[in-house]
Amino acid sequence: MAATATLELLQLEPPGWGAPLLRGLMASVLIALGAYGLGLVLGLIGAFAKLYGGPVARDLAAVYTTVVRAVPELVLILILFYAGTDAVNQVLLSLGYDRIQISGVAAGIGVLGVVQGAYATEVLRGAIQAVPAGQIEAARAMGMPPGLIARRVTLPLMLPNALPGLGNLWLNATKDTALLAVVGFAELTQTTRQAAGATKAYFTFFMAAGALYLAISLLSGWGFARLERRARRGQPELHS
Amino acid sequence: MILTRTFWQPHRIVMALVVLAIVVWCALSLRWDWVPKYAPMAAFGIWRTLWILVLSIVFGLLLAIPLGLAQAAGPWFLAWPARAFCSVIRGTPLLLQLWLLYYGLGSLFPQIPWIRQSDLWPILRQAWPYGLLALTLSFAGYEGEVMRGAFKGVAKGQLEAAKAMGMPRFTTLRRIWLPQALHRVLPTLGGETVLQLKATPLVATITVVDIYAVASRVRQDTFLTYEPLLLLAVIYMAITAVIVLIFRWFETRRPAKVA
Repeated sequence: MAATATLELLQLEPPGWGAPLLRGLMASVLIALGAYGLGLVLGLIGAFAKLYGGPVARDLAAVYTTVVRAVPELVLILILFYAGTDAVNQVLLSLGYDRIQISGVAAGIGVLGVVQGAYATEVLRGAIQAVPAGQIEAARAMGMPPGLIARRVTLPLMLPNALPGLGNLWLNATKDTALLAVVGFAELTQTTRQAAGATKAYFTFFMAAGALYLAISLLSGWGFARLERRARRGQPELHS
Repeated sequence: MILTRTFWQPHRIVMALVVLAIVVWCALSLRWDWVPKYAPMAAFGIWRTLWILVLSIVFGLLLAIPLGLAQAAGPWFLAWPARAFCSVIRGTPLLLQLWLLYYGLGSLFPQIPWIRQSDLWPILRQAWPYGLLALTLSFAGYEGEVMRGAFKGVAKGQLEAAKAMGMPRFTTLRRIWLPQALHRVLPTLGGETVLQLKATPLVATITVVDIYAVASRVRQDTFLTYEPLLLLAVIYMAITAVIVLIFRWFETRRPAKVA
């Protein structure tokens, strides 16, 4: 009796909330992917700035990572959300265009990407530092231009060191999308709260959403373990 | 350390001047007249944030020790649930756990008569026990994983030596195993505390009045967007700085090397 009622609540057709939940899941995954990608780009820039940049670039990168890692994501999301929309509209107005409404997905990706970038900077910096210096020096001695060194030597060699940290970052990206619920964006957690509030079946919906998040996390853990094995192929096993 | 000559290179002086200019601009051209009115409320909010932080860390650590021990050395019927608990906590967003506890338990408890009539009911009707519980469980989940590694990292010879001396198992745990495991965890604890501080504003979503909730209240009352948020960010940065300094002081006091 109770089991069939639960199944009815979760089914895909309208009296059930299955379809909105899956749409929320899609939005969460989409934002997490976008933010992760943006974070990796910012992280690479930040890591190279910290390791090889001039004094100003180095200090700017330090300020970026320190501030972002000291302020709660929730506060950063609000500040960047308002400041970002304001800045875009100021630029558009000064160029003679009309104000635009920035979509929730774009804003979410931008904001979470900036947060991810600070953590990615630290992960990538540590991984690059663990690359044997002789490898990079040899490439320099051969006269390789810096871009080519990064592409052919530094990045491939640091990947196995970076993958565990990057895996954790990806899990953080998926979980941080839940914070967008606080600014009212309809991702998985916000949709779940609406469904639970409308039907009063709180445990059912929060547990269903928890299962979805857990599935993402377990799947990605497995995926990253495989990626790391692939990146480490040919390296001697450290401990068996 | 910040006043040494190597720190104040020319480009840093320029950057410091730019920051100073931004601060002066913020102080002069943004509205700050609401600050005195809300200062007592903000002080109360900071106090609440801090004690939720401290209590959740203390209780979380106490829970994390058995969780780590069960995973590192327990029989399967203890190790398996402990591992499942840590995976679930680490695999789902804290906001979802918080809402599950607050809305789920909060809607369940009033239907149970003996809970309604118990002496605990006035406390259970408030929001903060659910916030504290969610933060505690979350910290226990993350730290339990760390403790597992720390228990496993203690050299086998230490435990074997204790056993050879005829030490009872509980005394071995209390005198040998736990102190060395905690010693390994200490350096990571500062970072975990900062992460936990950054998780506390989530309790504002279930009506607990912490410093984040005070800032939201100011934003609603005064229709200001940036000023309360900027001040809030500065407050969190200051608390983070204090936490980092406290743990740095701890680091200098603990013996760097144990056998």
